[in-house]
Amino acid sequence: MDILVCIKRVPDTGGRVNLTSDNRQIDTSNMEFTISPHEECAVEEAIRITEEQGGEVTVLALGPEGTTEQLRESIAKGATQAILLQSDDDNWDAHATAHAIINAVKDKKFDLILMGNEAADLGQYQVGPRVATMLGVPCATGVKALQFQDGNAIAKRQDGNNWAVFELPLPAVVTVKEGINKPRHPSLRGIMAAKRAPLEQIAMDAPAPKMVHKGLKLPQESGDQVTMLGEGAAAVPKIMETLKELGVL
Amino acid sequence: MTLVYVEYQDGALTEASQSALSVASMFGGPIHAMALGSADAEVLKPYGVEKVLHVADDRLNTYAPGAAGKAVHQVISSQSAETVVAASTASANEILSRAAALGDWGFASACTELSVDGDVVNLTRAIWGGSLFQEAQLTGSPKLITVDPNAFAPQQATAPGAAEVEAVSVALDDADFVDQLKAVEKGEQQGIPLASAKVVIGGGRGMGSEEAFSILEELAGLLNGAVGGSRVATNNGWRSHSDQIGQTGTQIGPDVYIACGISGAIQHMVGCKNSKNIIAINKDAEAPIFQRASHGVLGDLHEILPALIEEVKKVKGV
Ligand SMILES: Cc1cc2nc3c(=O)[nH]c(=O)nc-3n(C[C@@H](O)[C@H](O)[C@H](O)COP(=O)(O)OP(=O)(O)OC[C@H]3O[C@@H](n4cnc5c(N)ncnc54)[C@H](O)[C@@H]3O)c2cc1C
Ligand SMILES: Cc1cc2nc3c(=O)[nH]c(=O)nc-3n(C[C@H](O)[C@H](O)[C@H](O)COP(=O)(O)OP(=O)(O)OC[C@H]3O[C@@H](n4cnc5c(N)ncnc54)[C@H](O)[C@@H]3O)c2cc1C
Repeated sequence: MDILVCIKRVPDTGGRVNLTSDNRQIDTSNMEFTISPHEECAVEEAIRITEEQGGEVTVLALGPEGTTEQLRESIAKGATQAILLQSDDDNWDAHATAHAIINAVKDKKFDLILMGNEAADLGQYQVGPRVATMLGVPCATGVKALQFQDGNAIAKRQDGNNWAVFELPLPAVVTVKEGINKPRHPSLRGIMAAKRAPLEQIAMDAPAPKMVHKGLKLPQESGDQVTMLGEGAAAVPKIMETLKELGVL
Repeated sequence: MTLVYVEYQDGALTEASQSALSVASMFGGPIHAMALGSADAEVLKPYGVEKVLHVADDRLNTYAPGAAGKAVHQVISSQSAETVVAASTASANEILSRAAALGDWGFASACTELSVDGDVVNLTRAIWGGSLFQEAQLTGSPKLITVDPNAFAPQQATAPGAAEVEAVSVALDDADFVDQLKAVEKGEQQGIPLASAKVVIGGGRGMGSEEAFSILEELAGLLNGAVGGSRVATNNGWRSHSDQIGQTGTQIGPDVYIACGISGAIQHMVGCKNSKNIIAINKDAEAPIFQRASHGVLGDLHEILPALIEEVKKVKGV
């Protein structure tokens, strides 16, 4: 089965976020980059499927030059090909992103396209269903279990305590959520090989967005100070007092 | 005309859809509602809904995002809706994404603030799991918008509407139902669900091992709570992913969350920001979690937790 996985490079923010001086983006100086855990699972799922059934995994990302880092990481884990739709423009909306993905792969044939349920940063929940609709293929979103039977994908998504089950003929688009699997770490050999792996690069210009990004805003800090209850085991009496005050003891 | 896409659950209008109805008046012009399958029109009157467009196709009674997206696309086009509003739920986002793709329209999901400025809608969206906000604009017509139900309280209109039901027919082929819901499998719930627990004990990298979580289990047992963890805990295989608290895990909202050996990354904190109190136990005084917790204890959790459990046992008489 030949599988396309779409991933998006995002800053790994850790505990603190600062904005650039024009408030347009997250200040990423001294920050590492990563992909969403949902997408890590999409890559893992694709590799597992091809390990079982054969076929190739192509990873694709729309983003700046630095995105090659995330593409190579996926190759190190077992993806066979990578495509970078290279653009420094920050005006890609979900609509334009979906168009770019489709244009880039229209001459290739995939049995399955895997994406994250929502991107780590903007979380529009749109790119997967948009791509499916534009290709005229079935789609299931938020999937946490995926199997194949008689050429169909059996995709399950959690609905409260229950599982909603979808059965999609291939080719299909499936967006997944973290928890569908536990992603592997790349092997050292994989990392070395990925360094030299060829990447397909296509330069892109962003079309006029339908949703225009204006800027970012930090939430208001509550300003509440933490009450320190002490250090080490000596803090236990204060913790007990607090638990009683809060009504849980 | 503003079209509100409303959802019902077990025959009742969802609270989230009530939020969506409440913002519709902002856009001016008549308010129409649209529902798939059978819908109670009476409950829409207080929100100033003039017309209820009922899509008469029984096949849509079972969730079918592809067909529903096509139906919504047809209704938006045939009724010349300028603005389309819905609650930001997994189903509405999926269905509107598909309608937007068919019409090549702009769609802003999960908005937390909205204002209208002539032909432009200014909006704010919660991003990064709600730890940051994006300000953006939608232009053109139609504009598709879903609103975060937590950001807009349901509010009735100043004047009720007639909520007159009008059947609209849509052209759907069997092929449009290719990704319809096939079955629902019942899951089982074991123990206290993390999402609704009154007390949550969470463990992160500082726990050091899977075995160490048994002390959290013991404390949770004594306090009638549930055990959760950070992504490091689930990624290391110490806990299953269903126990993960955060942006790509579960959102919790307990009275007390005791976070042990967790640094306080924003993707973790967005999952526990609805906790009434957070007691952080961490050996690093500089850990960001101390900036966001209500209470802090500095030190080694392996020392503090066993001592705490002893005291709790005394009080509980066990
Ligand atoms: C500073 C800045 C300015 C921006 N300006 C705009 C703007 O003007 N208008 C606007 O709407 N958006 C803008 N964007 C966001 C835009 O880049 C989004 O990627 C796009 O809107 C898709 O939405 P999403 O990321 O929320 O995707 P979702 O629909 O949440 O993503 C779902 C899945 O689609 C795939 N996917 C998403 N994006 C990519 C990608 N780039 N490459 C490969 N796969 C992908 C992934 O598998 C992902 O898990 C801006 C972003 C930044 C940082
Ligand atoms: C898009 C995205 C989504 C994410 N989603 C989630 C999510 O849903 N949930 C989530 O949790 N994370 C999520 N993450 C990961 C997140 O950014 C952090 O990497 C993660 O939360 C860190 O886990 P941690 O606090 O356990 O580990 P660390 O950050 O390594 O912190 C460990 C802490 O334990 C303390 N410690 C160590 N030993 C002891 C001891 N003996 N006693 C007391 N304290 C000790 C240390 O001082 C340190 O502060 C996401 C990341 C991204 C990019």
